[in-house]
Amino acid sequence: MKNQSRRRFASVTGVALVGTLALTACGSDNNATVTPGASGTTTAASDCPTGTLNGEGSSAQKNAIEQAISDFQAACSGATVNYNPTGSGAGIKQFIAGQVDFAGSDSALKDKPAAGATNIEQADADKACGSPAWNLPMVTGPIAVAYNVKGVDKLILTPAVTARIFNGVIKTWNDPAIAAINPGVKLPAQAIKVFFRSDESGTTDNFTKYLKAAAASDWPTEPGKKWTGKGEGKEKSAGVANAVKATDGGVTYAEWSYAKDNKLGIAQIDNGSGPVELTGESVGKAVTAATQTGQGNDLKLKLDYATKEAGAYPILLVTYEIVCSKSKSKDSAKAPLTTAFLKSFAAADMQTKLQTIGYAPLPAEIQAKVTTAIDALS
Amino acid sequence: MPSSTAVSAADELPNPKGPGPFLKDRVTAGTGRLGDRLFGGTARGAGVLVIAMVTLIAVFLLSQALPALAKDNVNFLTSTAWNVDGTPLQFGIANLLWVTVLSSAIAMLIAVPLGVGVALFITQYAPIWLSRTAASLVDLLAAVPSIVYGLWGLQVLGTHMDGVQAALQSLFGWFPLFSDAGIGAASTILTVSVVLSIMVLPIVTALSREVFAQTPTSHTDAALALGATRWEMIRTAVLPFGKPGVISASMLGLGRALGETVAVMVILSALANDTSWSWSMFNGGETFASKIANNAAEFDTPQKAGAFMAAGLVLFLLTFLVNAIARVVIERRKAFIE
Repeated sequence: MKNQSRRRFASVTGVALVGTLALTACGSDNNATVTPGASGTTTAASDCPTGTLNGEGSSAQKNAIEQAISDFQAACSGATVNYNPTGSGAGIKQFIAGQVDFAGSDSALKDKPAAGATNIEQADADKACGSPAWNLPMVTGPIAVAYNVKGVDKLILTPAVTARIFNGVIKTWNDPAIAAINPGVKLPAQAIKVFFRSDESGTTDNFTKYLKAAAASDWPTEPGKKWTGKGEGKEKSAGVANAVKATDGGVTYAEWSYAKDNKLGIAQIDNGSGPVELTGESVGKAVTAATQTGQGNDLKLKLDYATKEAGAYPILLVTYEIVCSKSKSKDSAKAPLTTAFLKSFAAADMQTKLQTIGYAPLPAEIQAKVTTAIDALS
Repeated sequence: MPSSTAVSAADELPNPKGPGPFLKDRVTAGTGRLGDRLFGGTARGAGVLVIAMVTLIAVFLLSQALPALAKDNVNFLTSTAWNVDGTPLQFGIANLLWVTVLSSAIAMLIAVPLGVGVALFITQYAPIWLSRTAASLVDLLAAVPSIVYGLWGLQVLGTHMDGVQAALQSLFGWFPLFSDAGIGAASTILTVSVVLSIMVLPIVTALSREVFAQTPTSHTDAALALGATRWEMIRTAVLPFGKPGVISASMLGLGRALGETVAVMVILSALANDTSWSWSMFNGGETFASKIANNAAEFDTPQKAGAFMAAGLVLFLLTFLVNAIARVVIERRKAFIE
């Protein structure tokens, strides 16, 4: 009997301790550097409709949209914007199903059916809206080729060499192919450890699109969200960035912010007209060089990954906000809110601010088009 | 999900007093009073609900998986390909199955002896004040979120695995299970197994402890009276009595290990396409659960979702099979004891 009560006491203590731990161990999944109560928004008080706006989709733009939301809500106390970063595919699905007011996606709605499917995203979205769905480029996310090699502060890569590193043809850092384009850099005789995204991601999609476009002969496989090169797979951007940080000789591709936050080396890319460093400006040049494939205010862009324009950093992804050009009748009250939020997101000062958290601002030309499109929403 | 089909310890404990005198009357013993009927109905409802849930999960998995399986162009069980985005649709689970089974098996090899040892210490050796503390501490392990285990495994344990891996390889490197696969030591199946073993330790320990504590004093006293030492008493009285409990505890733990998602996903390095097959425990890979979780955000076509659901179905069946085997083993043990 004594034994019994002892055990009961033990289990009570256990439960109590467990409870405490559960409370203190609540999840934290943020790499966002969102500063609440933001400063310097231009949204005038008169542009402040009230209500709730729900969005879902790309996690690549998570930090950017969280920043935009927190600034917007600080300026407009009656407005609530929710964004659920579940992935582009999920966002588009929810948008078509009418569950959310806008979708975030790291690729525009497709005009052709996806492999293994018969439906066309753009047509489905248009039908769900009852009006054309517009793809508005909003956030530019440069992809850094991030490396960790002791003693190498500056590294220049060409598309061909990058492709051969990432499909395992070049195996050591002092390979003649790397040395030839990096004169004066002392490269160690160390094995190259490639890390890739094990989850399907828009980052992989855009990076392999770049390799395919700029170095087709060295990157034979078709681009896609799933990695087709070599290396070790890690979960999400944080996983690959941490792995490179912990591995001498490691290299990966990741959003700019992850490379910066982990203090990894970022390679300069030479597409044929000299090495280009990754900066907000050099990325902007590449976005300007993109061609618009959507009609009118549908700003679907086609990036030119192989661009030879001087000073343009070619590896990037553009995330879109996908909205109905005419809001559904039941949602007509939300239209002013959508307009106000997107406008504050596209505003020049917000775009500049995004640079501090690892995104590149939209170049002025595109930004003007986006603003025009937002004004045309109804 | 695994635990819903798992064998629970309580219902398998041999009752030391034998069946109660009223047990055979339990169906007819109702008095017909309202409270009695209400309670009986609720209990029955709860039982039916659990069975219905498991059945519905199986139906859901089957309905999602079958269309994709019908279109699969490679052998689902023996292929290592995983191309679910386009045509031709190819997916096979050989690699997932191996990594899942190997990581859980190694985890159980570590956790069961350790857990039984801890339980014996707590019930048979430790002074009261220490056994109380030790029991709570082990229970606490169950409350740590698995993402914390994952990060700890990757960033703390992983940095110490280099030496372990080098030592094992220099001793047993000739054996395929220990061959080098070129994956960083922090991200191998072995590292995952060690972390999994810590995660299942509280399950194995808590249940074993309960069973060992219920060893009839007549058994232990008899052993001691015949001149047995402490260890001989444990071997002849406590362990045989507790064996079914330990087995069902292990099965519960195994269910947890097979289904663990986040920690595996964080630690284990996935393999690139077309990586040649390796039996090694120093290889990377993905388990059923980690692969599904890692890709769940991008299930954009039914065939793709179906392929992953088919993998989930195999995990479901695997857990089911493990539990069925456990039941058979326990039933046979019972025959010896009674």
